[in-house]
Amino acid sequence: MPVSGRRPTRTGSFAGPREISLVVNGVSIRRVVEPARHLADLLREDVGLRATHLGCEHGSCGTCSVLVDGQAVRACLVLAVQVDGHEVETLEGLHASGEIAALQDAFERLDALQCGFCTSGMLVAAASLLRRERAVDHDRVRRALSGNLCRCTGYVGIVEAVVEVAASRAAPGRPGAR
Amino acid sequence: MTGAAGPRRPRRRESTRLLAGRGEFLADLDLGPVLEAAFVRSPHAHARVVAIDTARARGADGVHAVAVAADLGAALGPIPPKSSPAGLRAVERLALARDEVRYVGEPVVMVVADDRRHAEEAALLVAVAYAPLPAVASIAAASAVGAPLAHLGLESNVALHQRQRAGDPDRVLAGAPRILRERFVVRRGGGHSLECRAVAARFDAVTGQLTVWDATQAPHHVRTQLATLLGLDELDVRVVAPRDIGGGFGPKAQFYGEELAVAWAARAFSATVRWVEDRRENLLSATCERTQVHEVTAGFDTRGTLLALRDEISHDLGAYGVGAQVPVITLTTLPGPYRIGNLDLALTSYFTNLPPTAPLRGSGRPQAVFVVERVLDRIAAECGLAPEEVRRANLVTSSEQPYAVGLIARDGKPISYDGGDYPALLDEALERVDVARFRASQSAGWAAGVYRGLGIACFVEGSGLGPFEGARARLTTEGRFVVAIGPSAQGQGHETVFGDLAALVLGCDRDDVEIRRGDTAAVDAGHGAFASRVTATAGPALVRACEGLRDDCRRAAALLLGVPEEAVVLADGEYRTSGGASVTLADLARVFVVGQHGTFLPTGAPVRLDHRTYFTPERACYTSGVLAVVAEVDPELGVVRVERAVLGHDCGVVLDPGLVEGQLVGGFAHGLGNALFEELRYAEDGAPRTTSSLEYLVPTALDVVRPETFHRCTPSPVNPLGVRGAGESGVIPVPAAVANAVEDALAPFGARVTETPLTPERVRAAVLAGNPRWRGAGS
Repeated sequence: MPVSGRRPTRTGSFAGPREISLVVNGVSIRRVVEPARHLADLLREDVGLRATHLGCEHGSCGTCSVLVDGQAVRACLVLAVQVDGHEVETLEGLHASGEIAALQDAFERLDALQCGFCTSGMLVAAASLLRRERAVDHDRVRRALSGNLCRCTGYVGIVEAVVEVAASRAAPGRPGAR
Repeated sequence: MTGAAGPRRPRRRESTRLLAGRGEFLADLDLGPVLEAAFVRSPHAHARVVAIDTARARGADGVHAVAVAADLGAALGPIPPKSSPAGLRAVERLALARDEVRYVGEPVVMVVADDRRHAEEAALLVAVAYAPLPAVASIAAASAVGAPLAHLGLESNVALHQRQRAGDPDRVLAGAPRILRERFVVRRGGGHSLECRAVAARFDAVTGQLTVWDATQAPHHVRTQLATLLGLDELDVRVVAPRDIGGGFGPKAQFYGEELAVAWAARAFSATVRWVEDRRENLLSATCERTQVHEVTAGFDTRGTLLALRDEISHDLGAYGVGAQVPVITLTTLPGPYRIGNLDLALTSYFTNLPPTAPLRGSGRPQAVFVVERVLDRIAAECGLAPEEVRRANLVTSSEQPYAVGLIARDGKPISYDGGDYPALLDEALERVDVARFRASQSAGWAAGVYRGLGIACFVEGSGLGPFEGARARLTTEGRFVVAIGPSAQGQGHETVFGDLAALVLGCDRDDVEIRRGDTAAVDAGHGAFASRVTATAGPALVRACEGLRDDCRRAAALLLGVPEEAVVLADGEYRTSGGASVTLADLARVFVVGQHGTFLPTGAPVRLDHRTYFTPERACYTSGVLAVVAEVDPELGVVRVERAVLGHDCGVVLDPGLVEGQLVGGFAHGLGNALFEELRYAEDGAPRTTSSLEYLVPTALDVVRPETFHRCTPSPVNPLGVRGAGESGVIPVPAAVANAVEDALAPFGARVTETPLTPERVRAAVLAGNPRWRGAGS
């Protein structure tokens, strides 16, 4: 993850608020942020996108997963200033574009959610996996999702949903395929 | 939802918004301008509070106020415990610690600021001078002769002592053909819901009303506590659980000092004040559970009959008596589904300088099942019998139902099981797991250095706890059906199961009835979502309320149409006669809910189509089940891998198979965590050693298998729906069955399993203790 290119001066220019420009779910935005602000708080508080949830704020539960330049990251471990000039996608964007429609349908049918708190991060992680890999079996999905904790479902429905969507995915060129 | 066949109606109503990222968890609610709270927490397990200097904090950026115990006045507490078993020693639990802190993480000072960051930064500027005191951080330390006191001023650390006897245990143990003695230990664990605790409060000084948004499992309990402690009429306190709560599992059913302090602050500062807990706080100070030591003596005969059971239970209550009912539940659950005529069960619960313990999914029952099931496996080994034969020899049969256990429940009444066929559950589980084939493959495996084992556990779980739960069914002024139940939901699917039930009773489409829950303004009284009780208590209340509403609406429609009641039928939002006349629900609302000015209603007309009902169960209803687990153990690494699980379950009538399945599968994952991974650890001085999710290990997608479930249905006679609880059944038998499977797998080593969680270290130690000459493959 490239850090934005400013160098600290003797007076410590990192200390004060900075303006950042980024693209969130396809929309260019500008915000002024404190350096200590993490990406999850930026999205939730400064952009009003609250699908990204905070489960631990120390990078161990995966609940806050979002995509930065197409890569799944933990938004609590990324500073807002680090995404200056980058592209962020959240669950709201994936939903609006229809990219995860099949995943959402499979999650609902296969009991992949109960309280829903981990669901945003799970869908982002699953979408990220499906963008990158074609053939995924149960073991591959379990490993890919092993960084996302769920306390309600026991994971089995989640894994089955992702496997099903991967297996039934269209050939390249049809909507939803990559 | 759009599937291959086009849009379809989701099976679970809650799912649509959650999948689209429109969940309404507490931290997502737009409450307008909000002040955020942060707490200064004790760094000592036990200390006197000498002085608190808040001057620097009060002057810090963005700080609105800094409050210590003395500032809260009468709102400080003490907070009455939810459950006071007979003999529980009373100690004061305050919203903020005043003179003495008793566990690391106990709240001492509250900072209220413009945002959480400023609140946390100011909290660092609060200077608290402590005089450390000796701390007790284990049952052993708390129970030792001459032990330091967890609470200054108490005579000892004993918080509770209870004993129950049945039959003639002394004589039978003295004369038993065989005796075994063992010590079993279960370690502390936590709920680790993905969403931590969260609460927000707002006080209207003009109306004198307090509104509290709380990610709680028990809004009415919170309401009652706040009204009492803040000196408000309970009708002036409204507690609303958000539509979405990210998991509960027990810790969110308690009432905490932080909730009290935040509500007080909202009134004191005339502001909306919010506290959203972070994971570190959650691991430090949310309630935990599980630590117990059982010293067991069992008398049995050579046919494997368990004749008498003596158990001295030691329990770690933590610093305050928040959940003292848990060890009592353990005690009364020990006999389980077995016929044990002679019982001598004693429990001593100790105060320690650790976070308070309170019910956590399973609530003391997994420990009881662990003990008895381990004893039965030992009996099998001693008698040269198969474990399942010993179960059959002791299981209560359906012809003995209702079965009087011989113990008194915590409500003072004798425990009596209300039906179920435990041997049939066992037989079917064993058939599905194919015991004979497993034993053959197990022997072959041992010869090849592969260690697999089969473990069984049978259980009975008291559910459907009283005293009551309520529902309200009404027609709104616009003519819509709205049905409210008291408890809140944390993913169980209440909107779905109760929406379907209401629609069935009202005779309308499921999309034409709205379900509301968890709002003390919608249903006046209740107790909450825990103890596998909601379907068995709120369900019957909802049915009765909907029946009343349905009947009133039919009568109202018949009056408007001038026909007998039997002649009207509800379809598509209207009441119709076969002759083609109809009135809409909106028409009914206009006449009977709002009332038309200047008119008279016919004799016998219903007014305000609105029914409130409470259901008061007479006693608990008992869910039963059997779990068979196949596990492979690596004796070198100590790693346990559960390969297969078969779970048989009788929760009476199943209203929604998908939702029940979700509880069983999810509960099973909790059980695996309890059995293998989850342990909250503390140093001898009470300093916590597990303060992040990297150290407290909950199961991941790599660790869980799907249990194969099957159901039997013995309707419960205790409630009109015939339902029994299902929320905790997945957890309860797991540590027992896994422990049995591990010991079975390691039989060639003579390894003994007596403690959970079965971490690799403990498994390895058991292997080495059983056969000290074994040092690894090839030796």
